[in-house]
Amino acid sequence: MEKRTTFSHKLLPYLLLAPQLFVVLVFFYWPAGQAVFQSFLLQDAFGLSTQFVWFENYAALMQDKTYFHAIWVTVVFSSLVTLFSLSIALLLAVQADKSLRGAGIYKTLLIWPYAVAPVVGGVLWLFMFQPSLGLLAGKLRAYGIDWNPYLNDTHAMLLVVMAAVWKQVSYNFLFFLAGLQAIPKSLIEAAAIDGAHPMKRFWSIIFPLLSPTAFYLLTVNVVYVFFDTFGIIHAVTGGGPAGATTTLVYKVYRDGTAGGDLGLSSAQSVILMGVVIALTAIQFRFIEKKVNY
Amino acid sequence: MFKKCSVAAFALLSSMSGAAFAQTEIQWWHAMAGVNGERIVKLANDFNASQKDYKVVPTFKGGYADTMNAGIAAFRAGGAPHILQVFEVGTATMMAAKGAIKPVHEMMKDAGEPFDPKSYLPSVTGYYSNAKGEMLSFPFNSSTVVMWVNKDALKKAGVDAIPATWPAVFEAGKKLKAAGYDKCGFSSSWITWVNIENFSAWHNQPLATKANGLDGFDTELVFNKNATLVKHLGNLVELQKDKTFDYSGKTNEGEGRFSSGECPIMLSSSGFYGSAKANAKFDFTAAPMPYYPDVAGAPQNSIIGGASLWVMNGKPAAEYKGVAKFMSYLSSPEVQAWWSQETGYLPITQAAYDFSKKQGFFEKVPLAEVSIKEMINKAPTENSRGLRLGNLVQMRDVWADEIEQALTGKKSAQAALDAAAERGNQILRQFERTAK
Repeated sequence: MEKRTTFSHKLLPYLLLAPQLFVVLVFFYWPAGQAVFQSFLLQDAFGLSTQFVWFENYAALMQDKTYFHAIWVTVVFSSLVTLFSLSIALLLAVQADKSLRGAGIYKTLLIWPYAVAPVVGGVLWLFMFQPSLGLLAGKLRAYGIDWNPYLNDTHAMLLVVMAAVWKQVSYNFLFFLAGLQAIPKSLIEAAAIDGAHPMKRFWSIIFPLLSPTAFYLLTVNVVYVFFDTFGIIHAVTGGGPAGATTTLVYKVYRDGTAGGDLGLSSAQSVILMGVVIALTAIQFRFIEKKVNY
Repeated sequence: MFKKCSVAAFALLSSMSGAAFAQTEIQWWHAMAGVNGERIVKLANDFNASQKDYKVVPTFKGGYADTMNAGIAAFRAGGAPHILQVFEVGTATMMAAKGAIKPVHEMMKDAGEPFDPKSYLPSVTGYYSNAKGEMLSFPFNSSTVVMWVNKDALKKAGVDAIPATWPAVFEAGKKLKAAGYDKCGFSSSWITWVNIENFSAWHNQPLATKANGLDGFDTELVFNKNATLVKHLGNLVELQKDKTFDYSGKTNEGEGRFSSGECPIMLSSSGFYGSAKANAKFDFTAAPMPYYPDVAGAPQNSIIGGASLWVMNGKPAAEYKGVAKFMSYLSSPEVQAWWSQETGYLPITQAAYDFSKKQGFFEKVPLAEVSIKEMINKAPTENSRGLRLGNLVQMRDVWADEIEQALTGKKSAQAALDAAAERGNQILRQFERTAK
C-alpha cells in the first residue's frame, strides 16, 4: 500500500505562501499604491511642500504633445524589437535544433548576451556605433553613409532596436529551443514519410506546436520592451535626439528624476501600469484561444 | 601559534576600529569624473592628513544631473550626504528647498569659522547669495564658457588669427573643413549653456524677465524674441548641413572630440583644461567666446557655470563643524590656487587669484586667465548677472530637444526657440507653484 503524508492543518498552505505574498506585497503592491497616491500630488523635488491636486497631473499629460510622441515611439520601438527578436531567435533555434557538430558551443554562445546587463549591452553597442569613436560607425562613414545617431532619428532608433534585440534574442532562443525539443520526433518523421518537404513540415507541424511558446514569448517581450530596455536607451541615446527614442518608461524617468516632477511622473507610470495589465489580459484572454496547446 | 596570531589580529582590528570611532566621517558626493575626480580625492586626502578629527569621504555619483538627483533622492529617503556638489543649473531648485539645505553662511557662523563673502569674486558671490547677500552655498568649481582652439589645425588650414567673432568662426570652420576636418569644423558642448545662456549674457541681451529670474520666481523666458539669438541658431542650422558646425550633444560628452583632434574648435567650459592638458596631443589654447560685432556693446561679460557645494540639513552640530573646517580648508589661497591651476576652474577668491598671479602662473599659462577676464570684462548688467530659473535642469533638456529639432531641419530656428520658450515657461509656472 502506498504511504501518504497528508497535512490537515488549514493554516499551513497560507504559511507556505506567506514569503511569496510578502515579497509581492512589499515589492509590488506597496510601490504601486504609492505611485497612485503620488500621481494626485503636486510636490517640489525635495518633497517639502505637497498639494493634493486630484487629476491635474493626468490632465496635464493629456495636453502634453511630447507624451503622445512617446506613445508613438513606444509603439514603433516595441513592434520592431518584438518582431526582430522573435523571428531571429526562431531562426537560430531551428538551426540549433539540427544535429550539428559543435552545437553545444553554438548554443552557449547564443545564450551569453542574456547575462549582460542592459546598460552594459547598450554601452557595447555604443562602442561600435558612436559616431566619432565607433569601429563600425567609421566603416559606415567610409561607405558614404552619414551615420549620426545623435542627430538622426532613424539612426538613433535603429541603434537602440539593435541593442535591445541583441539582448532579447538569447532569452527567446532558449525558449524556442526547449519548445522545439519538446515536439515529438515521430510527428515530423511521419510527415516526412508522407512526403512533406522541410518548409511544409515547419509551417504545418512545428510552427503550430510551437505557438504556445511563441505566444508566451510575445507577452514577455512586450513587457521587456516596455520596461527593461530603459538601461539601453539611457546608455545609448539618452532618449534623444529630440525625444526620438524617448519611450513611455524613459519619459517617466526623465520627468521624475531629471525633471523633479514626481506627480507627473507617477501619473505616467500609473497609466503605463494600466496599459501593460490590459495588454497582458488581452493577450491571455483572446489570443490564447487561437493558440494550440 | 594559531591562537597567538588570532589574538594579535583581534587586537589590531580593535585598535583600528577604535581609531575609526574617534573620527567623524563627512560624506561628500561629487560629479567630477576622470582627472578632476582624482583631484577631488587628493583634496579630501590632504585635508584628512592635515588633521585627525574628521574624515572627508568623497563619492563619485555620476554626471552633474545624476549627482543632484542622487542627493535629492537620498534626502527624501533620509540619507543625504553632508556635502552635495550641485551644478549652477540646480541653484534655484536648491535655494527654494529651504528645509533641505543648511545655508553655508549660517553653518560657518555656528561653527565659529571665519567666512567673509567679500573675499570671493563678486560675480561668483552674486550667483550663490540670497536677496540679503547671504551666501547659501559654497562656491567650489566655477567655470565659464571659453573657445578651445587646436592651434596646429588652424595653422594647417591657413587660419592666421584665432577668430574673435562668430562670422570669423564660421569662416575658420569652412577653411578647417576644406583642410581635412570634414566631420566637424567647429562644435559646442553644453549646447544651451553656451548658445543660449552665455550667448545672451555675452551680448547683453535678456534671457528671461526679472533680471533672468534673480528678482523673482515669476520670471518669463524671452530669449525667443532676441533676433540675434534666432539668427545665431539659424547660422548653426545652415552650417550643420555640411558639418562646418557639428552638434556634439546636450552635455559635455562631446569634449572628447576636441582632445582627439576631430573638432579643432570647441566651445566649452574653462574647466575642460585639466582634461585637455592630459589628453590632447597638439598645441591648443583657449580664447574668449566669439560674438556678433553688429550687436552694440558686445561683448559684455560671461556668466558662471560649474558647481557649488551645498550642505544638507539635519546633521548634528559636531559634524557641521567638520564640514565648516573642510570648507575653510578648500577656500585657503594655496588650496584654491592649486585647484584652479590644475583644473582650469576660476580661482573663486581674490586671494587665490592674487596667489596664482604672484606665482607667475598666468605668464606660464596665459589661457587660464581668459575665463577670468571674460567674467570681469564689464560691470554686470541685468542681463549678465546670472540666471536663477527653477527646474533649469529639466528646462535645459527641453531647450536642447528643440535645438535638435532645428538642427535636423524639422523646425525653423524661430519656431524651435518659440517652442523652447513656451515649454520652458510651463516649467517655470509649475516651479512657481511648488516653490511657495
